[in-house]
Amino acid sequence: MTFYDYKQKWDWDKMTLFIENATAADVERVLAKGVNITPEDFAVLVSPAAAPYLEQMARMSAEATRRRFGRTMQIYTPLYISNYCTNHCVYCGFNCKNKIGRVTLTQEQIEKEAQAIQSGGHPFKHILLVTGESPKHAGVDYMAESIDTVSKYFEQTSIEVQPLDTADYAKLMEHGLHTVCVYQETYNEKRYPLYHPAGRKRDYRYRLETPDRMGEVGIYKVGVGNLIGLENWRTDAFFTALHIHYIQNKYWRTKCSISFPRLRPFVGEGFQPNYPTSERDLLQLITAYRLLSEDLEISLSTRERPHFRDNVIELGVTTMSAGSKTAPGGYSDDDVNKELEQFSVNDDRSVDEIVKAIKAHDFEVVWKDWDLSLNYNTFRAAERKAL
Amino acid sequence: MDTLNIGGRVMRSRLFVGTGKFASNAVMSKAIEATGSSLVTVALKRVSLEDKEDDMLRSLKLPGVELLPNTSGVRNAEEALFAARLAREALGTNLLKLEIHPDQRYLMPDPVETLKACEQLVKEGFIVMPYIHADPVLCKRLEDAGAACVMPLGAPIGSNKGLATLEFLRIIIEQSNVPVVVDAGIGTPSQAAAAMELGADAVLVNTAIAVAGDPVAMGHAFKLAVEAGREAFLAKTAPVNDKASATSPLTAFLND
Repeated sequence: MTFYDYKQKWDWDKMTLFIENATAADVERVLAKGVNITPEDFAVLVSPAAAPYLEQMARMSAEATRRRFGRTMQIYTPLYISNYCTNHCVYCGFNCKNKIGRVTLTQEQIEKEAQAIQSGGHPFKHILLVTGESPKHAGVDYMAESIDTVSKYFEQTSIEVQPLDTADYAKLMEHGLHTVCVYQETYNEKRYPLYHPAGRKRDYRYRLETPDRMGEVGIYKVGVGNLIGLENWRTDAFFTALHIHYIQNKYWRTKCSISFPRLRPFVGEGFQPNYPTSERDLLQLITAYRLLSEDLEISLSTRERPHFRDNVIELGVTTMSAGSKTAPGGYSDDDVNKELEQFSVNDDRSVDEIVKAIKAHDFEVVWKDWDLSLNYNTFRAAERKAL
Repeated sequence: MDTLNIGGRVMRSRLFVGTGKFASNAVMSKAIEATGSSLVTVALKRVSLEDKEDDMLRSLKLPGVELLPNTSGVRNAEEALFAARLAREALGTNLLKLEIHPDQRYLMPDPVETLKACEQLVKEGFIVMPYIHADPVLCKRLEDAGAACVMPLGAPIGSNKGLATLEFLRIIIEQSNVPVVVDAGIGTPSQAAAAMELGADAVLVNTAIAVAGDPVAMGHAFKLAVEAGREAFLAKTAPVNDKASATSPLTAFLND
């Protein structure tokens, strides 16, 4: 059984109604339980009825996060290595129909980017490699090679690329892969095809079962999430929580993390969110996820503005990106064409400024929480014997 | 003299401390000094072993404080062996806190892998201090395998729930031929004192100090509590009675 089968017990429309109909009494009953609640209880906390309880949720979330993670914030930075894409995602800047410059970085260029990221005394040790979906330009062999390259500089490598097969994940783990992020975009199976009309990404089930394939080979950490604003964000949050709960219980050696890619309305042409969310809504999500699971890693990217990011440092978040450039080549070359970017960041402060903001909360910035030597698989037989 | 000896080392203090979750390395240093601890555990994954300038390692260079590398992050015996050898080489110490907790949620130690790794590490000359569940039989097995001490948990790591495993700790302490260090779960100085009164040889505390409002003051409070608990244990605590005992009501007739 995979998550696709598991999830059949819950119907999208019924859950939507359940969430809409939750009452204040339901919310109080759930909050009385504290942390580590069920996905159904989580659904109550993302309901409109829970909105007036946000202050209490924030307090509970902050307390649980301090206990589990202490006064620390992990930081990482994304490295876009290819923006070729064969998909037609209607909301994405990398959509294959968009006439933008396409690049796949060479290993030399990746190395230059890695050096640029660590320049200025920034001891980044966690890196996220990002590609569009184009096996021809950025296939599994290219990813393996790229992981080898960045492993000279970083201790923990994550990827955010297309869903892969089990054997591919196993292979990449041998090269030192630690974490894989695959966001479902929406768990609404009926409407998923509207947003993904063509390309390999049209296959809802293959994407949904990706964490199962990762769990099978023991990926260290799985990053999940949904594109907030595409569909009813409350219902999507419930299914994301259900997915987390499923992964945690079935693949208990694998950590889980949640991210919040959020669509915002904007002036001009382009995809507008069907279900706009406010920062208040986002904080409700963050704190509800913390109450779902005390040990869930909660990541907040530079998509959110500084005012919001700085103020949620203590409220549940455990991981932040800093100094992000979302165009391939953007770190080593300031003049890289802006149109290569996947999305524009709302927190474009320098790494130093973000570090300062974190420290202002009396938090330690954790650059390194993994050692490549722990990726036992990365060590070839000869090296193993040597020790 | 009341001294604690683990693997041939005399420990100045019966309070061991961890280094995670502190608001800064500077606060960590000061808090450790306040605890008076002579044994401080550090996760291999958090430090750059090859980097002489590593901020955390530098902050732990304190007089009279010995580093106890731990294998947090490994998921099986094989990985633990690998990490242990790296730590010995880089830090020049045979001491090792063996932690194998593949469970990512409650960080529960894997008893099978821990025993397997302990057997091999002892053969390789390590002074093995294994983190385990409060399982009396496992403690005996580890003792047989040559562990320098056993480190059963009071409650899940970081939970601050105190001595949730009290009844089993009692059995472990009663039976053990190696020092018993209560590790994980201790949330307050009074709980640390309770563990010491019970007869634990030492306790290991991290979250309760690191996350306290004032970690330095809390570190000192734990120092006092551990000392008080130990003295109370040595002084042999008075028995607990449910009610005042009447003077020999049943046997008074014998005096007639």
